[in-house]
Amino acid sequence: MKVELRDPNIIMKLSRLGSFHQSKLSFLRSFLNEFKDWEYSRDLFNLDKNGYGEVVYSFRKEKRIYSLVCFANEIKDEERSDRVIATKWDAAFTLHDGVPKRDDIERLKNEVPKQEIGRLSFKELTLSRANKSVRLFNHVIEKLSKGKQPDLGLLSKVGYLYRTTAVYGSGKFGLADRFRIKNRKEINGPFRLEMMLVYLVRQFTFDQVNHIAYYKNPKKAVKLDKKICKNLGIGNSTGLGMAPFIVNHPTLLNNWILSREKALKKIREIKIVKEEDSNLFIQCVKKSLINITSWNTDSEYQLNKIKNLLKDVKKFIYFIDNKFDFEIQYPFNQIYQWLEKEVCEECIEYVVSIMMEPFNNITESLVKQMSSDEDKYFNIPSHRTIEELRSIINNKYPNILEINFEKKESNQNFWFISKNKEEPRLADRYDENGSELEQPLAIARDIKKLYEKLLTTKNNITIAEFLNKNSDFRHVVRRVFIVEKFPYSEIQDNTISKNLIPIDMLRLKLSFFGALKFDPRSDKWLRICMFQGAPLPNELKNYDEQWIYKSSL
Amino acid sequence: MKSLSEIEITAKRASKAAGFSWGISEEIGKCIRLLELFSLPGIKHLNSYYKDKKKKIFENLSLVKEKNLPYSKHYCPVLLGISFLDQIRTIESYKKIHFSSIAYPILFLPFLSRCSEIIGKKIQIEFDQKKILLNLNVNIYTSFIDKEFPKYANNTEIRFIENKDNFTDEEWNSLYKLSENTFVEETDSLKEGAAGAGLTDND
Repeated sequence: MKVELRDPNIIMKLSRLGSFHQSKLSFLRSFLNEFKDWEYSRDLFNLDKNGYGEVVYSFRKEKRIYSLVCFANEIKDEERSDRVIATKWDAAFTLHDGVPKRDDIERLKNEVPKQEIGRLSFKELTLSRANKSVRLFNHVIEKLSKGKQPDLGLLSKVGYLYRTTAVYGSGKFGLADRFRIKNRKEINGPFRLEMMLVYLVRQFTFDQVNHIAYYKNPKKAVKLDKKICKNLGIGNSTGLGMAPFIVNHPTLLNNWILSREKALKKIREIKIVKEEDSNLFIQCVKKSLINITSWNTDSEYQLNKIKNLLKDVKKFIYFIDNKFDFEIQYPFNQIYQWLEKEVCEECIEYVVSIMMEPFNNITESLVKQMSSDEDKYFNIPSHRTIEELRSIINNKYPNILEINFEKKESNQNFWFISKNKEEPRLADRYDENGSELEQPLAIARDIKKLYEKLLTTKNNITIAEFLNKNSDFRHVVRRVFIVEKFPYSEIQDNTISKNLIPIDMLRLKLSFFGALKFDPRSDKWLRICMFQGAPLPNELKNYDEQWIYKSSL
Repeated sequence: MKSLSEIEITAKRASKAAGFSWGISEEIGKCIRLLELFSLPGIKHLNSYYKDKKKKIFENLSLVKEKNLPYSKHYCPVLLGISFLDQIRTIESYKKIHFSSIAYPILFLPFLSRCSEIIGKKIQIEFDQKKILLNLNVNIYTSFIDKEFPKYANNTEIRFIENKDNFTDEEWNSLYKLSENTFVEETDSLKEGAAGAGLTDND
């Protein structure tokens, strides 16, 4: 039986993309898998009794070494902010290529804590900063210093000791460009070194609380229990900075989604599923309930999504337990068809993610197809004709063409770059100034404008001739020829609409990172948790691959 | 040191601010990144060009012909580059292309470099008795490396170099003969058994 890939006009809608969940294809899980046989060590631990100072961790294999350099600083409570407007953080980090020398650490000490206004070099690969979770950090130190373990109820409400507020890579602020590392044999996909940084930061948070608690009360203090450590992740606070990324990297976006879609297609095409595979799938679905029930948020929007998800996952478990027989042919295809009819988008994508768990033979090759050599697809095939261009738009953007951009609400928002922080922002076009400096992220509107122009353009003229007189359309003409080859490269929705929920764009990207527990703080930024339940660095050589469904505090 | 990613994004944004469309600005970002990657002074000349552009008018060229004369003074290197890139499939059939004057010719080079990759042929550009070779977008070979690039290039000639060997048959044969010293002379027994197939495989 042949199953078709799912229709991009359904999958690439923002509400669907905003319902994606982590899976075996997610970068943090791929990172752990790819670096599990690397040697981990703590190379420098130079913190004072209050936990301020420098720490260096490393991963090494053969001649390759990556070192996380951490700087923990004292800041006042009122200076602590997760927002991008902050200028001071509890800790700042960079992943250094190789072993940092004393000179490097001195240089980085001056630059890394400054973050966006500091300068890094090609020897640094990623950069980040993090703030303590005030709710937890002091409580954990207090308890440990008295020889007790912290309150698990409190820990489970938060899930982490520190929250990163940005993770930068790929040439930002002088960091190494991606081309310098992309051909390294250990780099099998995107964001591996960003994941390494976050993972090692998590270890730093445990080492720091143990250290402070010890100096607070050397006679009585105990270390944070390893089982508790394992069930704590690292938080992340994310704003709009992530949203334009998925518009600006169309072939990369395609390769992420296409890998997921290919995995689903191949799983649906399995005629007979082995009992051990179906058991693993069912076990993961059932165990995953804890990820939903321990998902805390104050956001009414998200609470509603969680409520529906929980209801539908329970409905699915009932169906699997009572009305479904895995011995039928093509069982996962039957399951998928049932999901489409019976449950919400969020639950469909949740179960699709879990379907991949038993099938390393399917996912392993796909993990390696998730990068993109974007420059290869940059040139516009200008010898082609207007007739072809129009036909591609008709085929690939049918829903976009139906949007009425004469309506005020279809044009409500505009994307811009803030002069103060050089970060993307979204504002109401009719209330705020600056829309004349709009970024080219209103793809749906510009595609529609292009299409309308093409309706009065002769079929046989070439793209070169057309662009010569219509250079304003060049950026969208390029995209049309990209979407022709890469069906999942374009968000099939209006990114400037009044109804836009920007966090849908963030959630899409974060799900591919492997984030859990999306906690929207507004429609423009959210908190997440990463690596909760993941093996600790010294457990990597032998760990349970389905750890993500087995965290419990 | 600035990363290439910073160079590309800043060149793109500055180009939009200088009046180009987003699509053209994307092209300029890529081109300046390429120049800087090849250690050519892209940022310096783009900056200088945008300052000049406020005071002077540079000309667009819609259709590239074999001989091209601007009506006013100089062709805009960016718009000329875009036209060249978009029309490369047509104009590669010309033997030589002549431009009487191009402003900031260094900014035109990365467009030619990308054209070279598209058509799979090396491209040579010559002006002011200097030659520059664009080599399939892998490198830009120029004797300008330690010299100042001119602001204007007069009587520029562009040639598409047909794909052919860079060496004589004699040079090749001599090297090939030497390489043969790594081969093993086959005995009858080796002929029979070493290739895998039997002697009756034409049955």
